[in-house]
Amino acid sequence: MTDTPTLTFDPADTCLKVEQLSVSYDGKAALREVSLTVPRHRVTAFIGPSGCGKSTLLRSFNRMNDLIRGVEVTGQIHLFGEDILAPKVDVTVLRRRIGMVFQQPNPFPMSVFDNVAYGLRLQGLSDQRALEREVEWALRSAALWDEVKDRLEASALTLSGGQQQRLVIARAIAIRPEVLLLDEPASALDPISTLKIEELIGQLAEAYSIIVVTHNMQQAARVSDYTAFLYLGELVEFSATDDLFTRPQARQTEDYITGRYG
Amino acid sequence: MKTPSGWRSGDGALWLSTGAVTLTLLLTVTLLVLLGRVGFGHFWPEPLGTFTFHPGTAQAPLVAAQREQGAFTLAEGGMETRTLLRTGNRDTAAPDFRWIADASLRSAHFDPAAIELERRSWGPALGLLAPPKAPAADRAALAARQWARLEEALALPSQVRTGSLTLYSADGSARPLPLAEVVRAWRPNAMTFAEKLSLYFSRIGAFISEPPREANTEGGIFPALFGTVLMVMLMTVVVTPIGVVAAIYLHEYAPQGPLTQMLRIAVNNLAGVPSIVYGVFGLGFFVYLVGGSLDRAFFADTLPAPTFGTPGLLWASLTLALLTLPVMIVATEEGLSRIPRQLREASLALGATRFETLRYVILPQALPAVLTGVILAVARGAGEVAPLMLVGVVKLAPELPLDGTFPFLHLDRQFMHLGFHIYDLAFQSPNVEAARPLVYASALLLVLMIVLLNLGAVLLRAYLRGRHRDPLG
Repeated sequence: MTDTPTLTFDPADTCLKVEQLSVSYDGKAALREVSLTVPRHRVTAFIGPSGCGKSTLLRSFNRMNDLIRGVEVTGQIHLFGEDILAPKVDVTVLRRRIGMVFQQPNPFPMSVFDNVAYGLRLQGLSDQRALEREVEWALRSAALWDEVKDRLEASALTLSGGQQQRLVIARAIAIRPEVLLLDEPASALDPISTLKIEELIGQLAEAYSIIVVTHNMQQAARVSDYTAFLYLGELVEFSATDDLFTRPQARQTEDYITGRYG
Repeated sequence: MKTPSGWRSGDGALWLSTGAVTLTLLLTVTLLVLLGRVGFGHFWPEPLGTFTFHPGTAQAPLVAAQREQGAFTLAEGGMETRTLLRTGNRDTAAPDFRWIADASLRSAHFDPAAIELERRSWGPALGLLAPPKAPAADRAALAARQWARLEEALALPSQVRTGSLTLYSADGSARPLPLAEVVRAWRPNAMTFAEKLSLYFSRIGAFISEPPREANTEGGIFPALFGTVLMVMLMTVVVTPIGVVAAIYLHEYAPQGPLTQMLRIAVNNLAGVPSIVYGVFGLGFFVYLVGGSLDRAFFADTLPAPTFGTPGLLWASLTLALLTLPVMIVATEEGLSRIPRQLREASLALGATRFETLRYVILPQALPAVLTGVILAVARGAGEVAPLMLVGVVKLAPELPLDGTFPFLHLDRQFMHLGFHIYDLAFQSPNVEAARPLVYASALLLVLMIVLLNLGAVLLRAYLRGRHRDPLG
């Protein structure tokens, strides 16, 4: 796919570099030879119709695909120059560096505090004062602190859907990852909660490299700096968001963003 | 559009399912009422009648309690109604239960001087505190005097009681009854309702808290109750960790292939093996092989008298643990598979290892399912009798398996069990009529005990579930 319109970044500004990545489940190809580079401290969006492989690509970054039986991955992914698909890579360390937020809010059935503290405790942080400080920081970063500061001991399941999703984001950033993967983070939420999540993505981009998968093209246009369009497991086009939506170079991209299919 | 009618409307299915539930409830309630009425009715002080009979029947007058009535077909044709009289006094006037034709009964009157005595041996004694033919004033005085003496004696421990009571039968003959023999006494015809109620509950209390007497037909069932509870607890302690760990392996770690599936089928099939087979296995494997080896290794000096190489509490608990293991594994696995994949992913995505995810997220969530397994295992285990007869339960155990002498919990001792006790009372008892109400009472207690054990687990499960309940569902 040498003719794919794409972008490259200076190595210092490159967060993830994907080369010739193919993923198949039980022999059925989900991604075909995808190559792209994801910039550092920017918001990159993956768009495309259902089944185009955007979630598979996202889940390749923190090796969540490893959990699926019959998965086969070829190609290379480098995180700041480090090969993360190598067999010797400790996935638990990798997943601390690359946080992930899922489509459905999935807080643990624990208190709000314990949810955010979960990852910190796994890393061996047990000092209560330090935990409290870190949890407050994470909740503030996720713009949730003011809403939950009086009910930190309440069950996380008592929060609203939008609050739960921000709690999950707080939980992910509490362990200070370098990259944050958001898999359709607002698709299960109401418009107001969606707006809050989108604002939050904008704020978080100052400190993290963010990749967001979305069905919603307006959302991609609103929150992202760069957008990749995938279709049937292939990368069709990757460019600056403004360019992709105003001057798409590939015919398929144009069809998709103008709503001819998808 | 037409509303669906007939079968398609679903009304029929609703009626059917409601009917099924109603039937189940009805059967349960009937069972409990029957057990309760016959079993616990036995402890209510029955009125004692002085029965006299027509001269032709050659039956001496009797002091007795009416038990039940029945219709009998006579050999020479026709029907006859008869009454079952409980006459007691097995030592002097056996039998202690007799069917009397109603036609031969002349009169019955309820003498306030009639008394029933529970004795240490020979079952209850029934009689009168004063001779039946004496003048009324003398009778009342004598009865009161004897009663006062009895009450005084009963306040003392049986070893220091001296003297005896004079008990008169319905035909006026007197006999002495040593006071040291008496356990409890009451004059049912002279009691108020409140007195009867208090006696009723004190007799039930004694039934639950005292050891049995006289081939289990008298006294209480405490050792059987205690043995059952202790064995079920030991079983739970053994089966829960093994079942949970096995379920975790099957569900979380084992490669999901045909071999694992075979393993799962094997576990499910184990649940269908008749329990007596487990008993035979327990006897052969636990008692003879494991117990015998233990004896040879550690208790060689006492051989050939076995220590562990004989049926006992430990082997019974282990056999039942084996029996209930499939239930435990299936329930736990069910619980593990109900945990949403999203929770696992959330934990793994935060850099948790598989074990950490299991320990901090999956297991706390699966705990209610584990308790469901415990409930099912307890219900199955507590009601099991057949295998226990082979591996440690006896008709009468002289000592409780838990006491104050080192090592306190005597795993090698044989013990009594309610289920076996019921079987023993119902089929092995020398005195069928005397044992019959105790069968019902023991059965009711067994049911209540299982209900209580289950209730404990259910409450714990509700508590665990409630801790982090999603308010919307």
